[in-house]
Amino acid sequence: MGMPEATPTDVDDGVQIDLISGARMEGMASMEKIRLILDGVREGNIVILEEGLSPDEESKLIEVTMTEISPDEFNGIEIETYPRSETADRSFLDRLMGRESTKKLTVIGPANQIQTLHKDENLISALVSRK
Amino acid sequence: MGLLTGLRDSIARVTERLFSASDPKRIGIYGPPNAGKTTLANRIARDWTGDAIGPESHVPHETRRARRKENVEIERNGRTVTIDIVDTPGVTTKVDYKEFLEHDIDEEDAVRRSREATEGVAEAMHWLREDVDGVIYVLDSTEDPFTQVNTMLIGIIESQDLPVLILANKTDLEDSNIKQIENAFPQHQTIPLSALEGDNMDEVYDKIAEYFG
Repeated sequence: MGMPEATPTDVDDGVQIDLISGARMEGMASMEKIRLILDGVREGNIVILEEGLSPDEESKLIEVTMTEISPDEFNGIEIETYPRSETADRSFLDRLMGRESTKKLTVIGPANQIQTLHKDENLISALVSRK
Repeated sequence: MGLLTGLRDSIARVTERLFSASDPKRIGIYGPPNAGKTTLANRIARDWTGDAIGPESHVPHETRRARRKENVEIERNGRTVTIDIVDTPGVTTKVDYKEFLEHDIDEEDAVRRSREATEGVAEAMHWLREDVDGVIYVLDSTEDPFTQVNTMLIGIIESQDLPVLILANKTDLEDSNIKQIENAFPQHQTIPLSALEGDNMDEVYDKIAEYFG
């Protein structure tokens, strides 16, 4: 499941932003989500996930990102989410069942093009530059 | 996952933890690069076994392989707690070999170090998902704790229900701000220390025995 292709002139003129809805991610396997994100980011796009990833998927995203870093080509990713404040409030049954809310807006981009300016519990401010 | 299957899995996990209490617990030392993880690992290993674990350095990503020190016996209040310490590479989402060039390292060596660093971070993530029973999370108390790596790692640790101690390291430095770390992770206990100077290690060992014993 790829993203619609932009023409080369579009890419030269600006930065492509892909906003991916929770509905689009629902039903995808963890590796499909990670591939979708990294394929976009490696093309220089900013990927915004409406509902984010689970902690386990975040851990795998870091792992796969590391295996793809290569000098002068790909330096890795910048990723920002709001802190998981709901984790501490989960009910005992939710914890017992491993149930948790993963709904948190997540912004991911190439490390050499996106820079976090400010981050706190409820505000993320980032600077995005062209390739 | 069905309700019953989930419940059964959860109970199996809990009982497994209860009944494997005689084996040494594997405690992973995690945190961002340059927080002082190896300095702490060496301090613990030297205090209780006489040997160090690995070289410490101001250059980020000095530890590029997870290193394990087995059967570290910590004595507290007349009883002994045995743990395996796993010193892990600092976790990050990006590695640029050019940053090593600023530390008087030539390009070939910088490229090699960055490749090893990326392998090390991948390895550290794998250990966290599969192979540790508890986590000591080390933070540099002179730095802002509200980073994405810290948020994600604490989330990953919590989702695995691993016991975690947060250590606010480098209290010997003037800019050290312990309150800031306590505020960032209020759901966990924060212990201030200087691994370099050995300050407040008694409390660190008390808590290690309490959390992981």
